[in-house]
This record gives sequence, C-alpha cells and structure tokens, in this order.
Amino acid sequence: MPNPASPKAELEAIAQAVDRVATADAATLAELKTEYLGRKAGRLTGILRSISGLPPEERRAVGRRANELKQELEAAISSREAALESEVARPSDVDWTMPGRHRWRGAKHPVASVVDEICEIFRELGFTRVSGPEAETEDYNFTKLNIPLDHPAADEHDTFYLGPGVLLRTHTSPVQARTMERYEPPIRIVVPGVVYRRDPFDPSHSPMFEQIEGLVVDEGVSFVDFKAGIDYFVKHFFTADTAVRFRPSFFPFTEPSAEVDVQCQICHGSGCSTCQQTGWLEIMGCGMVHPAVFENCGIDSERYTGYAFGMGMERITMLRHGIPDIRLLFENDMRFLSQFVE
Amino acid sequence: MIVSVNWLSAMLGRELDPDDAAERLAMLGAPVEAIEHVRPALDDVVIGVVEKVEKHPNADRLTLCHVDAGKGVVEVVCGAPNVREGAKYPYAAAGAVLPGGLELEARKIRGVVSNGMLCSARELELGTEHEGIMEVRTDAAPGTPLLEAMQLADTRMDLEVTPNRGDLLGHKGVARELGAAYGAPVKLAVIPDAPAEGPAPRMVKERGTVDGVEISIEDVEGCPRYMGAVIRGVKVGPSPAWLEARLRGIGQRPINNVVDATNYILFELNQPLHAFDLAKVRGNRIVVRRAHPGEQMVTLDGEKRELTPEMTMICDGEGPTAIAGVMGGGDSEVSDETNDVLLECAYFDPKRIRATRRKLKTSTEASYRFERGTDIEGMTDVLRRAVALIRAVAGGEEREAAIDVYPKPRKAQAVFLRPARVEHVLGTPVPQEEIERLLLSVGFPVAPKVGRLHVQVPGWRPDVTREVDLIEEVARLKGYDSFPVELRPLRPSVVPDDPVEPVKARVRSVLTALGLNEARSLSLSSQAGEDAVRLLNPLSVEDAHLRQDLLSGLVRSAERNWAARERDIRLFEMGTVFHAGGEGVPRESLWLAAVISGASAPPHWSSSGKSPDYDLWDVKGMFEEAARAAGADGSVVAAAAGWELRDASGEQRGRAGMLEADRPAWAAPLFGFELSVSAAEQPYVAYRGLATTPPVERDVALVVPDGVTAQAVESAMREVAGALLVDSRVFDEYSGEGVPGRSVAWRLVFRAPDRTLREEEVDEALRGVLTTLKERLGVERREA
Ligand SMILES: [Zn+2]
Repeated sequence: MPNPASPKAELEAIAQAVDRVATADAATLAELKTEYLGRKAGRLTGILRSISGLPPEERRAVGRRANELKQELEAAISSREAALESEVARPSDVDWTMPGRHRWRGAKHPVASVVDEICEIFRELGFTRVSGPEAETEDYNFTKLNIPLDHPAADEHDTFYLGPGVLLRTHTSPVQARTMERYEPPIRIVVPGVVYRRDPFDPSHSPMFEQIEGLVVDEGVSFVDFKAGIDYFVKHFFTADTAVRFRPSFFPFTEPSAEVDVQCQICHGSGCSTCQQTGWLEIMGCGMVHPAVFENCGIDSERYTGYAFGMGMERITMLRHGIPDIRLLFENDMRFLSQFVE
Repeated sequence: MIVSVNWLSAMLGRELDPDDAAERLAMLGAPVEAIEHVRPALDDVVIGVVEKVEKHPNADRLTLCHVDAGKGVVEVVCGAPNVREGAKYPYAAAGAVLPGGLELEARKIRGVVSNGMLCSARELELGTEHEGIMEVRTDAAPGTPLLEAMQLADTRMDLEVTPNRGDLLGHKGVARELGAAYGAPVKLAVIPDAPAEGPAPRMVKERGTVDGVEISIEDVEGCPRYMGAVIRGVKVGPSPAWLEARLRGIGQRPINNVVDATNYILFELNQPLHAFDLAKVRGNRIVVRRAHPGEQMVTLDGEKRELTPEMTMICDGEGPTAIAGVMGGGDSEVSDETNDVLLECAYFDPKRIRATRRKLKTSTEASYRFERGTDIEGMTDVLRRAVALIRAVAGGEEREAAIDVYPKPRKAQAVFLRPARVEHVLGTPVPQEEIERLLLSVGFPVAPKVGRLHVQVPGWRPDVTREVDLIEEVARLKGYDSFPVELRPLRPSVVPDDPVEPVKARVRSVLTALGLNEARSLSLSSQAGEDAVRLLNPLSVEDAHLRQDLLSGLVRSAERNWAARERDIRLFEMGTVFHAGGEGVPRESLWLAAVISGASAPPHWSSSGKSPDYDLWDVKGMFEEAARAAGADGSVVAAAAGWELRDASGEQRGRAGMLEADRPAWAAPLFGFELSVSAAEQPYVAYRGLATTPPVERDVALVVPDGVTAQAVESAMREVAGALLVDSRVFDEYSGEGVPGRSVAWRLVFRAPDRTLREEEVDEALRGVLTTLKERLGVERREA
C-alpha cells in the first residue's frame, strides 16, 4: 500500500501514469486499470476513499485533483481500448485496400446548379437576381410585352388559364415589366423561375420548365453591348473558345431580335445527331428591348435602350450532362439525382 | 413552309446550292429545319426525238416511230394518239427500269420489234395524264437524262417562318431574301402556253359587276378588298406535267388544273385564291358580309359549323358558300363538270381571320396566310397572273376585265428612319448609302429628307410599322455577325437582389450535407383541396390543379423510387404552392419539404454491411435543422403524431412525422417534413465569450411517470437551476422491469461564468431541481 500520508505526491505519481496508457498493449492496459481504478485496491480509488479523513484545508484541493485525474484516466483508458479493438492499432495487419466509410451526401438538382452558375456569371456584368409570381395576368404576360392576343405570335405560348385574364406565366418576362414599372434605370436583372406551357410531356417537352430571363435598361445600351453581354456569358459558361453566332429572329418584345447558337459542345461543329448535323445548338432568344415595351411600362423609349434574353434551363442542363430525356429532370429518381453529388 | 430549290432557282435565274442557300436564309432570320433531296427513280429515262412516224404494218391504232435517243435511231412501237414527228418524249430503252419496278425488254408487238418505249406521265409517275405520251418541251439534246432535261431532281427546304413574316410563305418572298443575299433580281417564271395577260381589273367602291356576276362588300372591316374574275369555257382535267411537278416538288397533291393553278399561285405569291364553279353560284352574285347570329353552314370537310357575327362570310344569292379566308362549302367547288369559273382574290382582316379560325378550331393554308397578313397592294398583279395561268392550263376566256371592289383604298405606308438613331441603337455607324442600299434590296424604296429617310413600306411587309422595324431590317441585312463584340463600360443594376435566394442557397447546402437529394416536381396535381386553384384547360384530370403542398408530391416520388426497387430514399424540394386568393390571382408561397426512408448511412463492412434505418428521431432532427436553415422564426413542438413548427404568434408553419404511403413490404418506413420558407434576414452571429471556468457534469437518471414529457422535465430543471445549468441533454431512456413509467437519463452541465463552482454548490442546485421535479411532476431520482 502506498503511503497515505502524502496524497499530493501520490496524485502526481498517478498523473505520470496517465501517459503510459496511450502506448499500452491490451495486457498492460488491464494491469493499469486494476492498479489505479480497481474497486478494492486501486490507488486512485484509495485516495478518493481517504479524502474524508484529510485535514479540511487539504480536503478540497485533493478531492478536486483526484476527481479530475479519475475522469482523465477513465477517458484515456476507454480511448485506448477502442484503438486496440480497431485494427489501426496493428498497422502491419491492415488491408489498406478495404473500402472507407462514407456518409450519405446529397446533390443539388442539376437544373438548380446551372441556374446558379448562370446568375453568377451575369453578376460579374452587374446584374442582380430577382423573381416574380408564377400566376400572372394576361396584361403582364402578354399585353405589356407587346404580344397582342389577336396576333399569331401569341400562339407560340400555349397557355394554361386559371380564370378570366389569369394564367400561369409562359415565360419569366412579366418580371421585366414589373421591374421597369418599379425602378428607374440602370436596370440589369436576371430572373430565374419556372414557367408553364400547355405541352404534354415527351422527351423534349414538359408542361413546366425553368427559364432565365435577363433585362438591361440604360442610356446608350446598343446592339454592340447586347452582343458583348451574351458573348461574355457564353464564353464563361461554356469555354472561352466556343464559337457563338447571332441569327435574326422574331419576338414581339424585342427588336432587333436574335436567336443565339453556340458551337455544338458534342461534335465541336463538325455535325452530329444532337445538333442535327448543323454544328450549332440554339440556346437562347434575345434582342434589343422593343420600344413599345418601354412605352407600356412607363419608360422613355427615346432616352433609354436595352436588351433582353431568355433561355430554357432544362435544355442547357441536358446538353451539359448528356441527358437524353427531359422527364428525368422531374421524376426524382434517386439513381438519377445521386449522380450529381459534387 | 416547304420551298423547292428548283422553283427558287428559276426565280433568281441561278442554280442555288441548297446548303449555302439554307445558311444564308438562317442568317436572315428564316432557318431551314430540314433539307430533303427529291429524286424520282427515272435514271434510265432519256429524251428521245421522234424523227419519223409510220403506220404499224399490222395494227391500225399503233404507229412505228423512229426515235433518236442519242445512240442512233431505233424503232419503237407506240399506241399514243398524240405522237408527232419532231417532238421530244421520255424514252426508255430495253433493259430500263421504270418507277414501280417494271423492267422493259425488246419484244415483238404485232410482229414488229419495239426497242423500248415512249412514256406517258403516269408511267413515269410524274402525273395522272395517261391518254397520251408526255411531250417534253426542252432544248436538251436527244439522250439527255430526263431528270436533267426536266429538272425533276429537286431539293425541298423546310423553312421556319416567324409569325411576323407572312411574306415568306410564298416562293417569291423567299426568293426576294435570297436575291438580297446574292445580289440577284427576282423574276417570275414564264407560264408555258400562257395567253397574253388580260386587261387590268376595274376598281369600284362597295359593289360592281363582272361578266354578269354582281359582287358587293358589306363587311368592309373584315374584307377591305375583294376581286373577282370570270373565266368561261374551261376544261377541267389533269394539269400539265410541269405544274404537277412544281406542286409535287413541295409535297402537294395535284387535284385538277383549275385548283392546281390556284395552289400554284398560293405557293408562289402567298395569295390564297378561291375558284367557284360559277354554275353553282346562286343568283349570279357574291355578297361579302358578317355571319348572322345563329347562322350555320356545312363546310368542305363535312362539318356543320356554328357561325358568329365576327366571321366574314362569302355568300351567293341564297346564302353562305364559304367562310371567308378559312374554308369553302362543298357546294360551289370546281369539279369535272365545271365550265365557268369565278375566281376570288381577296384580302381579309388578319385579326378577324384569327378569331374565326380559333373559334372554328380549324387552320388551313389560306387562314394561316391571311392571319399573318397578305399583300393588299399586290393583288392586281396576282389576279392577272392567276387568270393567265388558269387559261394556260385549263383553257377558257376572260370576256370582261375583272372587278376590284375596294371601298377604301389604303394609302401607301411610309416610315421615317433617322440614320443617327440607327447608330444609337446598333452601336456602330452605318453609312446612309448602305442603309438605303440594304432597304432597297428587299423592296423598301428610300427617299432622303433632312436628317432622316422617308422609307416606303411594300405591301407584303405589314409587320414594318415603326422606325425600329427598319433598324432591324438594316441590322439583319447587314448581318448580325458584322457587328463587333465589344464589352463597353456599364452601370450596375439599381434593382436589389431577391432576399429569398440566400435562404434557398442555405437550405440547399444544409440538406445536401445531410445526404438529401434535391427533387423537382411539377406544380400540377390531381388533388382538389378546398381552396385549390383549378386550371381551366388542363392537359388531363391528373394535372387539373395547382399543388397546395410539396409533401404529397414527394410521397409519390418515393413510391416511384420503390417501384424502381430503390430502398434508400432521401429527397427534398423547394417550390411554390398555390391557394385560391382574392381577385382571381392565387396566393403563392415558397415551401420546403423532404422525405427519408431506408438506411441512415451507406452500409460499411465494419458493421457487417448494416446501418440503422432512419427513424422518427432522424426526421425530427432534420426538421429542426431545416427550420433553422430556412430562417424560420419559431420552434418545433410535439403534435398529435409528430411535430409542428409554430411561429411566434402560434401559427403552424410546418410539420413532420411518419408518412402514409403505398409501401412495398420490403421498404422501410417513410418519414418527412414540410415547412414554409421566408426571406427573413438572418442576423450575423453575435460572438459569445468562451468560458474560462471549468464545467461540472452530473448524470441523473429520473423515473418519469406516464404523461410527463421530457420537455416538461427539462423546463422545470432549467427554471430551478437558473443560469448555472448551461446544458442539459437526454442521453438514455429505459422502460421495463422495475421502473414505474420510464427512466430517462440526463447529463447536466453546470458552470458559473466568473468562478470555479464548488461541489457543494452543484449538489445544492441539483437537490433543488430534484425537489421541484418531485413536487411538481412526481419525477424522482432513480435508485441505482
Ligand atoms: Zn453536334
């Protein structure tokens, strides 16, 4: 039995012993456990039992230190026991090729990733990111955007109606009108959001899809600025050497209007089935904002000019990842979604 | 719009390369969606000249022809009554294979060997004519392949025409664009056998008469201009081969010479025409008027149509014979018995045609064009060419100049264009001479004035009404690719970012880190809740409403995953839900939902490939973390069978628990939650000082009677212990033998921020806690 007359010294000796635990083998560990923490003859157990017999002035200090040591020692022993149980303790015996342990990791939806990436590219050009309601009025979805309902251009928008004059927006462009009514230029916004067209599901159509709309309004914005803005986006979203071309087109809310083709990302322009042998992929419709749209939204069409663009996110996502069928983007199949874990 | 490259080439007087033409059209705004080469199986057929026609020695009805087909003269037996010396015909030698697979051989016909044959249009599948052989008018030498001599090999281009460019729905309009690109003038093809063009139509107001037929317009808004020509003595029959070839070249089926002629003009000049059998025009009069309310008529397709006053009707003396610009009635069509034809060439108001065809749910080649605006100014030339064509292919005479009922002749349209504005909008100067040249190249005559140009808009371009339309023309004709790509200084947006986006980003990063995949579902649902928003025109009953929650959609996604034998499911979705609101526009709110089922971690060999399945406590934890990420100002409280998220005012903002689902036996239970996401700003974290004093831990096992919750116990503990109790955590629960109710164990951590706690202080605090628990809740410390 150690000398009970010097509990402080005894405690210091025990403190030294804690360090031995870290390198002990199983047999030594069992011995150390018995020696210090044994119920009957453990050295630390003994000190704890003897505290009540100490002079009051020593009692508190010894008691605290003994309890601290007990906790430390117990923790050290249990860590060492766990380590000895796992094979890492015997490096020479480990098969290092066995699989590691993973946690589940989830993936952001590939369409959401593309949307965020595109918004960030436009942020570099001073654009902010805004949104608007999915249920809209004919006024915002069509009339203010210079799409008269009695013009064939309205036929390109097969529309779901909710009530007289109320519909599910067919594009995110109504947010253009809402923004222009509310803010004085300079306006530079991108507007991601879902839109609806009365198209049944097939491999390349969905009644609901995600669109990004962009709008720039300021003094002196020209066709050259417009081309440069779109070109900046394409070169940053695809690759810096991706060829871009602007083809004249028609949208009631822009003039001049354009469709933008980028060099096919699959065949690099030589022609393949994805680009229908043309070497080009159409990615967006765009143009200079039609002065009638400015006039409908209370903006001086002589003083201000601007450009607008819109593109379908599913299509771009499908091109990016080689996804053959748009429905995969809405089916929520775990086997599909898990492929996009970053 | 399908166009024939041969047809375009003929108008431009040059051989077009289809690929190059398609590229140029695309860069002018009319992309070609498909190029199709059409080549009849006539490789073995050549041009043969009949040098001499003799009687067949043994048959009265046959002739013996001496044919030069480029390889010396051969004898061919022919049965056609129309064969004549000096003419050229398709000749197929012995061994040739004709369309349909017939292989010719030299054989004796009534004792004379026939070396091949002279062919009819029908034998070559070039037409329906079979009463004689097909005479070919060509300069080509004998032996020239027929395909080449008759330009039978053609290329079809399928053009995508935007709704503003109705003028591109005719070959002339397309040729005009290509003419501008290639610098070639457009000329219409000469009609073979055409008589001299007749006199110009006579213009009258409201009504007039042509060759005994009275024509009047009552609905001037719906029909601003109506021209009629009478051609008497036509012979209805098959069209000549060249005309049938043109129509077949663009995929149209020939019908008869009169109808084919009107169709030819339709596709050439983009002007729909209608040929009436004059004998069936009752009362010898045509009245253009609005339909009467409740009026009905049976159209060509056999449908009985209900008419409304917004529709313009073409009526004869007794009633409607056609719905103007959309469809005729069956009664007055041209047939084999027709002798006299009334030819209609009219302009109908695009908006009225659009309203009519939408109401009738019928679109025709004619309505499609009228709806996009036809050329009201070019009608005179169109009608004269159409009459000449009908007379060329069906005979007949125009005894009197056509009538042109035009109550309010339209003024020529003009738009001013400022060259300075061109530069302002396009961002680069375009010299005035170039502007003028470009506009003129597609038919806009330009007259310079001070500081601006007076630009006349041709009748075929009703889409051009203001300056910017001309600026687009300039940019388009100059070529979009000719403008520089140059990033110039810009001012950043004054519009603030949507504050909900950072919240969505945070939710995504938290939930993906927890192992959930982001889902996306349609907002359309079959569920018709009380304040559900119904679609007026759904695609199907399954999709007839807007969703009111996200969770039911995710449950369906889970079921689909189970159907694909996927046991481990972890999905979340953020999206809009809809509830009927005031003024017809639904209320929209952003929600977040998630479902989990199956293994809570990927299996690993160290635990024999088994990991525990998700349970209620996983979903509760995720619910709490999601609520925090979504910035919900509220707390998760226990509810009937699960939990609810309640905001400060006690309103329910979300719920979580086990979900009902159509679950296969092998699948694990499905848990889920949903909560409302709002753009509440999350304040920055306010740093709290790190404790410098040591903590004192105490483990207490408590016997908790039935009906007392852990939450109640914990709040009592915190209330009594006050600030000294810095943490309390349940670490065990046990119920069973020897325990009335259940035993729940807490680890309590005490600490004072300013001093080291004495054991006695902690013991005292704990005693206080235990006393209160016993008095208030009947909770006692469990004896070891
Ligand atoms: Zn390609």
